[in-house]
Amino acid sequence: MSDLGLRLRQNAYLLSVIVLFGLVYLLYHLAHPKGFSSAVLVQNSNEVFSLAMLAMAQTIPVLMGGLDLSVGAVMTLVDCLASHLLVGTTTQIALGVLACLVTGALAGLVNGCVVVYGRIQPIIATLATGAVYIGLALFLRPTPGGKLDEDINWAMTNALDDFAGTVGLFSDGLPAWFRPIAGVPTSLVLLVLVATAIWVPFRRSVTGRAVYAIGSSEQAAYMSGLDIKRAKLTAFTLAGLLAGIGGLFLAIQTSSGNADIPQAGGYTLSSIASVVIGGTSLLGGSGSAIGSIFGTAVLKVISFNFRIFDIAPLLQPMFEGLVLLSAISLGALRMLRVKNQLELFR
Amino acid sequence: MSRPALLSGLSPDDRPTAIAGLFILVILAAGTGYTLSKFGNAPLLQPGYLLQQLQIGAFLGIVAAGMMLVILISQIDLSVPWTVAAGAMTATAVGGPWAIPAGIAVGVCVGVVNGIGVAYLRIPSMIFTLGVNAVMRGLMVAHTGGFAPQTTATDAMRFLAADRTLGVPHAIFMWLAVSVFMVVLLRRTAYGRAIYAIGNKEAAAYLSGVPTRRVTLLAFVICGVCASLAGMLLAGYATKAYQGMGDAYVLPAIAAVVIGGTNILGGRGSYLGTVVGVILIVLLNSVLSIMEMPEAGRQIIYGLVIILMLLVHGREGGA
Repeated sequence: MSDLGLRLRQNAYLLSVIVLFGLVYLLYHLAHPKGFSSAVLVQNSNEVFSLAMLAMAQTIPVLMGGLDLSVGAVMTLVDCLASHLLVGTTTQIALGVLACLVTGALAGLVNGCVVVYGRIQPIIATLATGAVYIGLALFLRPTPGGKLDEDINWAMTNALDDFAGTVGLFSDGLPAWFRPIAGVPTSLVLLVLVATAIWVPFRRSVTGRAVYAIGSSEQAAYMSGLDIKRAKLTAFTLAGLLAGIGGLFLAIQTSSGNADIPQAGGYTLSSIASVVIGGTSLLGGSGSAIGSIFGTAVLKVISFNFRIFDIAPLLQPMFEGLVLLSAISLGALRMLRVKNQLELFR
Repeated sequence: MSRPALLSGLSPDDRPTAIAGLFILVILAAGTGYTLSKFGNAPLLQPGYLLQQLQIGAFLGIVAAGMMLVILISQIDLSVPWTVAAGAMTATAVGGPWAIPAGIAVGVCVGVVNGIGVAYLRIPSMIFTLGVNAVMRGLMVAHTGGFAPQTTATDAMRFLAADRTLGVPHAIFMWLAVSVFMVVLLRRTAYGRAIYAIGNKEAAAYLSGVPTRRVTLLAFVICGVCASLAGMLLAGYATKAYQGMGDAYVLPAIAAVVIGGTNILGGRGSYLGTVVGVILIVLLNSVLSIMEMPEAGRQIIYGLVIILMLLVHGREGGA
């Protein structure tokens, strides 16, 4: 029992974020005319997915005490690439998906190389590589366009039974075990899959622990014999891969590619906000990608609520900003009570 | 890494400035070579063209001056885009003789809010200024109804930004005035020393009796004022304010500061470097558009130049 209590206390912040999300989301469903239905869930899940991927991607460099300003650019690059590749036969599409994921990971690896071998600060290095990736995306899609395969769009952006129907899983009627989960959004399942298949193993690996150690103290990590270079390269590659998945889904969702520079910047900034709301310290060393997913959820669900509760559209951006500002200020109020100012410097 | 003999006599702080200066000459030479071979003339070397580039650079230069101050104390100000827009929109909306004071007041307010959040609440500036930027955007959208404001720049704003004396645009004088202020501030005042001290080691600065909170707050105020001033000049130049007018300034300003040799982690950097960095970025943009480079190629070259400059500056920090 004491073990459980300890775990609860360690994750108190994350739990409070989850509770906050649950309450606001419950409110949303109660007020929504079609609340508690699969259709609403599907729509919400689709809107959250890409940003959740970027927030996970952003978490990893932030854990090392860095920042990746290129996640939005990598997403845009993969988005534009996918709008060219995801057409044709099933094999062609499968290869296209693979190529998109590899491109995302490669972009991340390049970031890692610039940071590790160029010894440039991550924030400024990724600012520069981000410009390069946006440029490549503009080469691929000078104007928005492209038409993705319709089946993959339908399968990925709807509920599980639509996915099963499109893929042709159960040709002779839905089996009994499938019915309860038939209304679950495919993108939500994908989100859980990515979190459990990529983040959890990474978190438990030696490299993953090295990433946390670097964020706490790079010198101490180095002295302890951890492979700093490998950890950094892996971290940035993984961030690129996750951003790539986000871009891939964005292309599937919108069925086209768009090298939109303001959109890329907006996604990057929102990913930082999600990471912070999710409880990861910008100084590095503590936090998790799971928290960032819920950070994204909180951020998004607040804007969902604006649509329901007749808030004038013109006032919405201001409320979004105020919510973000007050969310980050609340936790900081205790700073005013600190007696010895020296404790503030780290 | 062996250094070119030409640069070995310089102090470490001046080296990035010299390298960026050399790079400006390379850009000018490349651009001139292109126009000579294509059109048979060299418009890039004429004073009229260079003055025009400096006029365009003045807006970025003033934003970068404030940004440099904030970067020197190892913070960052991402609220610049909508501070630029808010300064311009407020000034044009107020109009008359109070237009410019009103715009400056907006900059001061944003700076004070940023400073309280970063210095007193100790929220990382990266995220706090981002939130302030979102609020400013929301306020301006609510104020203008999402459309470009109908108000126009006052005569005083046009005079400061677009008019010329002896052929020299007044915007350049404004940039010069801000630059003199910055150099005096950084080199000749206790405040300037406090800035560098905080950037190097905040705890040590605090123990040495530097009022770190007040210094940080003031740095954000100066940055906000610079941004709103640039916004008003930009509105004077374009004769009106518009949505998103500041979006194109925050990342180039950071890039200019860093290309000029200021350490992104704070504590080191010379103001001259920032000026050279601004000129480099403005000229690079201009030469690429003369070469009719598509946006895609521009972005790629832009990114590569930043990486290249940083690699040449000597690899530092991080490790």
